[in-house]
Amino acid sequence: MPDTLIQIRDLHFTRAHKKIFAGVNMDIKAGRITAVMGPSGTGKTTLLKLIGGQLKPDQGEIQVDGQNVHQLKRADLYKLRKKMGMLFQSGALLTDLNVFDNIAYPLREHTNLSESMIRSMVLIKLQAVGLSTAHKLMPAELSGGMARRVALARALALDPMMIMYDEPFTGQDPISLGVLVKLIQDTNHALKLTSILVSHDVEETLSIADEVIILSEGKVIAEGSRDEILQSQSEWVRQFVDGKADGPVPFHYPGDSIEKQLMQAPK
Amino acid sequence: MKALINMLTRLGRGSLFLIKILAGIPQLFLRFNLVIRQVYSVGVQTLLIILVAGLFVGMVLALQLHYTLTTFGAEDTLGLLVDLSLVRELGPVVAALLFAGRAGSALTAEIGLMKATEQLSGLEMMAVDPIERIIAPRFLAGFLSLPLLAAIFSAVGILGGYMVGVDLLGVDSGAFWSQIQAKVDFYDDVLNGVIKSIVFGFIVSWIAVFEGYDCVPTSEGVASATTRTVVHSSLAVLGMDFVLTAIMFN
Ligand SMILES: Nc1ncnc2c1ncn2[C@@H]1O[C@H](COP(=O)(O)OP(=O)(O)OP(=O)(O)O)[C@@H](O)[C@H]1O
Ligand SMILES: [Mg+2]
Repeated sequence: MPDTLIQIRDLHFTRAHKKIFAGVNMDIKAGRITAVMGPSGTGKTTLLKLIGGQLKPDQGEIQVDGQNVHQLKRADLYKLRKKMGMLFQSGALLTDLNVFDNIAYPLREHTNLSESMIRSMVLIKLQAVGLSTAHKLMPAELSGGMARRVALARALALDPMMIMYDEPFTGQDPISLGVLVKLIQDTNHALKLTSILVSHDVEETLSIADEVIILSEGKVIAEGSRDEILQSQSEWVRQFVDGKADGPVPFHYPGDSIEKQLMQAPK
Repeated sequence: MKALINMLTRLGRGSLFLIKILAGIPQLFLRFNLVIRQVYSVGVQTLLIILVAGLFVGMVLALQLHYTLTTFGAEDTLGLLVDLSLVRELGPVVAALLFAGRAGSALTAEIGLMKATEQLSGLEMMAVDPIERIIAPRFLAGFLSLPLLAAIFSAVGILGGYMVGVDLLGVDSGAFWSQIQAKVDFYDDVLNGVIKSIVFGFIVSWIAVFEGYDCVPTSEGVASATTRTVVHSSLAVLGMDFVLTAIMFN
């Protein structure tokens, strides 16, 4: 296995006339947990979708496991995606299937396992996320936090080589939050996964991340191991890690200042 | 001008989308249970409204035609006229309009919501093609259901006509049926009606799944896509009906 699983070079991406990435470079190391942090709306979700090949960059390239994601043929892209798990911000469970069938779905689609094998695998994954008794529930009957955990079980179903977590911690109560943090760490180590963890929860994220990348305004503003980031003296990093609204990272969506807007007569 | 370009690009996207759906259909024969489940939800949902509407349309037709026919002393042809109106025209068209309102809008809303809640993206990331697994079965189910629903509409409509014409207005029962038997041509009348409903099924299902798949993934986006499905497919059905009628019956 190469040392770097994902290599991003000179990534540019524009969405609805808004420049989201302007020359991003990053290396995600195999077998480690890399946290990607940044203010809301910097394009963290967009980055994961670019890595998964759901969006195409304007310029630059993304290599996953030595393959350029955006030059693959469809069949090869699909083959690669089977090795990438992704946990969506909303969970993205299929609402017309119950919890069990949701987790069984990728197994039924991509393997020829017998129903009894699938059953054991699904129950094991559900047990791992602490929901083994919930397999008959429909997604609408789950809380946001439970849905996220079911989605995690589904993302792990095919035993991927990497997994991308989009905000896994939001909406979790303190207990399941603790469980989830541990779960992400344990699955990463036990299954030798590569994990990309997108999150705002600085404390939880930094407690398990090996590497940290901070994004702001289309650029990587800091990267390094967790300890390097924690000890960094850079104003940017300090502001983010300590959670201050004022500082070099703008908290507000770019545009006219509030003073200016208040002075303008309504149109 | 801008609106025209917009319309043309949508048409282009819609056509590409259709090609992808059609390419996914052979796959479905291996997983026909997916289609059957959709036929159930698309077809059976619409069945009740088709039955009720068919009955009333048939009854109204009988009342109206009977009034005109008695002035010429031609009540005996009531069955024939009811039958021809339904099979050639009203069955396919009204069934398609009801289908667009009931099943087409539901299809668009369902697919649009799946898009808005990232279920379609989720499938893609699981290396499952949503067009193959979600869209194509729904398209095929709509396409297969409408001709059947239109046939049911016409059949129930004829019964409704019989009830009003024979039981209520006293037209001779033998004349009612024998006129139908003698004068309705299988190819000219029945088959052409079936062809119409096949074409309408294709158009309505296509518009419904495309609007859902192409919608802006927000609540308003889904709502306006649903409205567009009903409006566009109704207009398309009526326009196509004129074209098909002009071709078939001239
Ligand atoms: N479908 C879309 N069309 C146009 N612009 C979009 C779309 N989705 C997102 N954006 C824009 O792209 C930018 C990045 O969005 P993204 O969802 O990647 O942010 P994020 O970093 O994940 O934020 P959050 O932490 O709030 O989830 C946002 O400014 C948003 O306005
Ligand atoms: Mg996001």
